Amino acid sequence: MKLMERLYKDAPLATRGEITPKLGFLLTVLLAIVWLIPFLWMVVATLRPASDGINAMAELMPSLKPTLDNIRDAWEIGDFPRYTLNTTIICAGILLVQFVTITLAGFAFARLAFVGKTLIFYLFLMQLMLVPVLLIVPNLSLVARLGLYDTLTGVMMPFFASAFGTFLMRQAFEAIPTELEDTALIDGASLLQRIRHIYVPLSMPSFSAFAIISVTSHWNDFLWPLMVINSPDKRPLTVGLSVFTKTAEGTQAWGTIAAGTLMVIAPLLVTFLIFQKRFISSFVTSGIK
Amino acid sequence: MSLAEPAALPVATSAAPRLDVLKRLTTRLKASLPAYLLLLPSLIFLALFTYGAMGRVLVDALYQRATPKAPVRFVGLDNISAVLADPAFTGAVVNNLIYAVGTAIPSIALALLFALALSRTHAVSSALRAALFLPVLIPMVAASALFMFIFLPNVGLLDFYIGRLLPVLPNWLGDPDVALQAIMVITIWKNAGYYMLFFLAGLQAVPEDVMEAAHLDGAGPYMRLRHIILPELKPTFLFVTVIAILNAVTQVDHVFVMTQGGPSNSTSLVLFYIYQQAVEHYDVGKASAATLLTLAALMSLTALSFRTMANREGGP
Repeated sequence: MKLMERLYKDAPLATRGEITPKLGFLLTVLLAIVWLIPFLWMVVATLRPASDGINAMAELMPSLKPTLDNIRDAWEIGDFPRYTLNTTIICAGILLVQFVTITLAGFAFARLAFVGKTLIFYLFLMQLMLVPVLLIVPNLSLVARLGLYDTLTGVMMPFFASAFGTFLMRQAFEAIPTELEDTALIDGASLLQRIRHIYVPLSMPSFSAFAIISVTSHWNDFLWPLMVINSPDKRPLTVGLSVFTKTAEGTQAWGTIAAGTLMVIAPLLVTFLIFQKRFISSFVTSGIK
Repeated sequence: MSLAEPAALPVATSAAPRLDVLKRLTTRLKASLPAYLLLLPSLIFLALFTYGAMGRVLVDALYQRATPKAPVRFVGLDNISAVLADPAFTGAVVNNLIYAVGTAIPSIALALLFALALSRTHAVSSALRAALFLPVLIPMVAASALFMFIFLPNVGLLDFYIGRLLPVLPNWLGDPDVALQAIMVITIWKNAGYYMLFFLAGLQAVPEDVMEAAHLDGAGPYMRLRHIILPELKPTFLFVTVIAILNAVTQVDHVFVMTQGGPSNSTSLVLFYIYQQAVEHYDVGKASAATLLTLAALMSLTALSFRTMANREGGP
């Protein structure tokens, strides 16, 4: 009970004497442990030698003779460096083009008056409601007609414009005082120069929030790349992992599957643990994955 | 600022004012040019992959090909009625409804519990938040790989630890009666921590002094939750519910990896049906009809929720 009291030291006065909030907290602690079990199993199973046998695979207690064999096997069966490279190319490519499109469009909505502004704004707004994932069938045929079937560009292209990113940048640009721009105007700076040297540097927090959301969601994309990509050497991590899992499942090599999964999710998890605060605030401001 | 402003209407009878109107419009369009150029890159991709795609779904739903190589043939609403009469589609819709309700309610309830318990910032609650948020970051495919082992009959994690308490062990992913519930567990595990964030943000709007005052007046935790916290969180509930339903229709990667819609279609969801029609049966007409129906349902749902939200803000 000492521990509970210490945890509740900074709880609001209103809840200190009550038992219900404490029970809620206790339940949350238990559930958080349950939530971590799949991750725990993944690490333990990755390091478990095959000699422990299939019946020991579910043990959450780590093996006393940990081994890296599973990682080596996974590395040999699946082309994880290639998959990682493909996913990195996809995420970076999407993000770079998005930065350009959302900066330009966000600036137009934030600072310029033009004919049809409301109408165009609604066109962007509606895109948020249209659930692009459902449009895979027409988009696949379009990508095929553009000659981009089985290319990484084809995987990236539908995401080059982002209504969400445009709104985020519009908000960031609107918060910048116009006085800053006036000085640059007197110096004769062009529109693009003003965007480049005043608006972009002052909106870095918004750019990084958007980068986190964009990279996380495309790192995890599965269905769309599954449809666009045919060649094994162009598979991103998610598609590679699903094929790898199928292969290893047949041989009951669960340690290898755990090792492959670990390799796929480690980069993003490590980044998250380093930049935890920033990740969480980005997800809150976005509301969209 | 729209094209339909009164000045643009051709009400003048003589040529001179009309010319004037035309001139003014031209000047305004000219002044708008930089904005159009800035919007152009985004608009090209929106036009191709969102609005163009919508249009193609609409048109494709009206046509059909007998074989992948055969020419297209106009069939009107036949695809729509074929989809509605297809037990695989209606089955997927029913599954998806069960899946949506069965994942939204538990994950939102858990998210609220987590947020209430962890709204104070100290080292322990930050660590717990991170633990609960971790599943959000991993691909559904990776989550599926982990849960495949959890659900493995006899040797899997679930049977190994808890299954011993049950008299009969179901084959979690192989039994049509439990497979859908099994994949629902993954979704709850993956999404509860995500929705928690929105409740945490919403809870910050609950004024501390009101809570203190209610406590001094003798309101217990239940009373405070019911009369102060929940009313304050109403917009958050609506927002999270919409996201949870959208997620239920768009997150199907686990179906692809774990069950392929089986056993006996018990885990087939709408998006999986669309994929099957398009990619496995080459039936773009039927796939488009199914897409159209789903989009219509989702869009009316989101429109409705936006209206409710707008009404609440504007209302008394």
